[in-house]
Amino acid sequence: MSIIVRMLPISLMIATPIMIAALGGLFSERSGVVNIGLEGIMMVGGFTAATVTVLLQNNNPDMILIAPWIGLVTAIIAGAVFSSIHAYVSISLKSDQTVSGTALNLLAGGLTVFLAQIIFDQQRTATFVRGIARLNVPFLKDIPVIGEAIFTNVYPTNFVAWLLIIVSWFFIYKTRFGLRLRSCGEYPQAASSMGVSVYKMRYIGVLLSGAFAGLAGGIMVLTQDIQYTVASIHGIGFIALASLIFGKWKPSGIFLTSLFFGFSQTLAYFVTDISFLSSMPNQFFWAFPYVVTIVALIIFSNKTVGPKAAGEIYDEGKR
Amino acid sequence: MLKFYNKYENVIQPLISVFLGLLVGSIILLLTGKSPVLMFNALLKGLSGFDANREVYLNLRYFGEFLVFSMPIIMTGLSIGFAYRTGLFNIGAEGQLMIGGMIAVVIAILVPLPSLIHPVVALIAAFIFGGLWAAIAGFLKAKFNVHEVVVTIMLNYIALHVTNYVLLNLPGSDKARTADYLPTATLKSDFLTQITNGSRFNWGFIVVILAIILYWFLIEKTTFGYSLKATGFNKEGARFAGLKVNLNIVLSMFIAGGFAGLAGAIMALGTYNYGRIITSFENFGFDGIAVALVGSLNAIGILFSGLLFGLLRVAQPLMQSQLIPKDIAVIVSSSIVIFVAMQKGIKIFITKVLNRGVKS
Repeated sequence: MSIIVRMLPISLMIATPIMIAALGGLFSERSGVVNIGLEGIMMVGGFTAATVTVLLQNNNPDMILIAPWIGLVTAIIAGAVFSSIHAYVSISLKSDQTVSGTALNLLAGGLTVFLAQIIFDQQRTATFVRGIARLNVPFLKDIPVIGEAIFTNVYPTNFVAWLLIIVSWFFIYKTRFGLRLRSCGEYPQAASSMGVSVYKMRYIGVLLSGAFAGLAGGIMVLTQDIQYTVASIHGIGFIALASLIFGKWKPSGIFLTSLFFGFSQTLAYFVTDISFLSSMPNQFFWAFPYVVTIVALIIFSNKTVGPKAAGEIYDEGKR
Repeated sequence: MLKFYNKYENVIQPLISVFLGLLVGSIILLLTGKSPVLMFNALLKGLSGFDANREVYLNLRYFGEFLVFSMPIIMTGLSIGFAYRTGLFNIGAEGQLMIGGMIAVVIAILVPLPSLIHPVVALIAAFIFGGLWAAIAGFLKAKFNVHEVVVTIMLNYIALHVTNYVLLNLPGSDKARTADYLPTATLKSDFLTQITNGSRFNWGFIVVILAIILYWFLIEKTTFGYSLKATGFNKEGARFAGLKVNLNIVLSMFIAGGFAGLAGAIMALGTYNYGRIITSFENFGFDGIAVALVGSLNAIGILFSGLLFGLLRVAQPLMQSQLIPKDIAVIVSSSIVIFVAMQKGIKIFITKVLNRGVKS
């Protein structure tokens, strides 16, 4: 039992950026644009957050606690700006969404390391004094077992992610905006005939995905790392994509699958401590989310899950 | 002017993208206070060894290394191009390359064979294993209609971890590398090294040439290639015409994966004499996407764009030594991809400008 209590905080920490980036992917895909550039956007967000944090904390003790949060805000903006490339190329110019998403992933690696060399004279950012501070949640931390595992000495960003799940669910399913967004991802021509601007909704979807993924990248670097390097995000953007698919393009599904993937990634660290798993190679746990996603895709294949028009270039004339 | 443009669109469009990519790179360098001239110097030096300061005009060692870097990228370009012709987007060349490289390393270390036969067996195995790895995505697409993009992305990461697991567990491996190959397995050649002034240029180039010919022959000259293209143009139409669409999808992915697997084997057996255990992608597969698109999906186009992207890679350390961050090359190559993706928009713009020229 004690090992679960030790694993849980780490699982939640790892699950948080997966959850937020997957929510970003949800907005984009629900509007009808596949965004495989989540990984790249996370890199840009992570780099921005780390850079701003380092620069603000530098020789300024007053800023140490607040700087990471300012870093996260700038990461959101940077993510949205960076994703606008994807929006413009794939929505306005009607290009292949996979190509432009791939271009974002490639560009992010080059751009962030290039800027790191300009700003810090090295292939990575400088180390920040302190990332996001952990805290104890009053009252809740006194609940037996759960209090210790979930609410004691924990990153507040975990709760940000959970809150975003609820907020996203509300906006997508309970508001007029959400209905319009979803209609653009299911049957854009029909949405258009009802007076919804498909282009506008898709732009909003993609820019939101950029903002979310930027935030996710920022949180990831400021909770799991001491600086931004080109390996900081190491495929979590693609795990987010997996979580989106495995979660059947629903906020509740994303919540559960992100926790699941966070836990399975953590298992790889703890595997030597767990007797019945210790014979399993580490690599098995690293590869696990990807295998599960392929299996899930096969299981879902004859049901209708996921936005029908996602990935399709919008053509007003099509019936 | 417009007529000329329309006629040679397939050549002009990629050139415009390359030009714009280099322009973006130059502007970013200028904005950050570096000289773009140094970037072009590094590219020139990467191509021919040209170095005005030392009055060296040709050093074949640089040319040889340039080819070494271009070879796998041409192969992954062929891989992505081949699948694209059947309407499939193979993002998985990265993983297929790793699987092919892995199996080549395993055979090079564990299977004693006479020289000449040894590398050929390793190459054939790399083609088959890379092909089978890709065929998983093809099969799932044909049987369950699961999108190949998502599956190949996932397969990339699975390949990374599978490869690491296998190589780490070979006899004599440590955390960074395997034991040395049996000497019979190598594609290295003293002769080729000698004529290129000590570069790592190797027999892999024969494989690349054969692959380019095979690609051209299959796509342009066989009914098989024609039915693949028909599948790519219109799946339902092809099915209606009696083509075996599902089989075509699996076969196309198999051949595409085979090309990528060969890329891995060429790198493993030609450039190194031990297997490398790497923890992240080297992006040869992703560069292949750019190469295929810039090369307009045809064999000769892919050859030339592969050389261009090879140059952007080999010039990176040279840029760094001139105090230009080498990642500018990555920015240039990814910008080229974006501009290729923007082709439709660029085309409309150019047609507009040229039309205006006609009127006035």
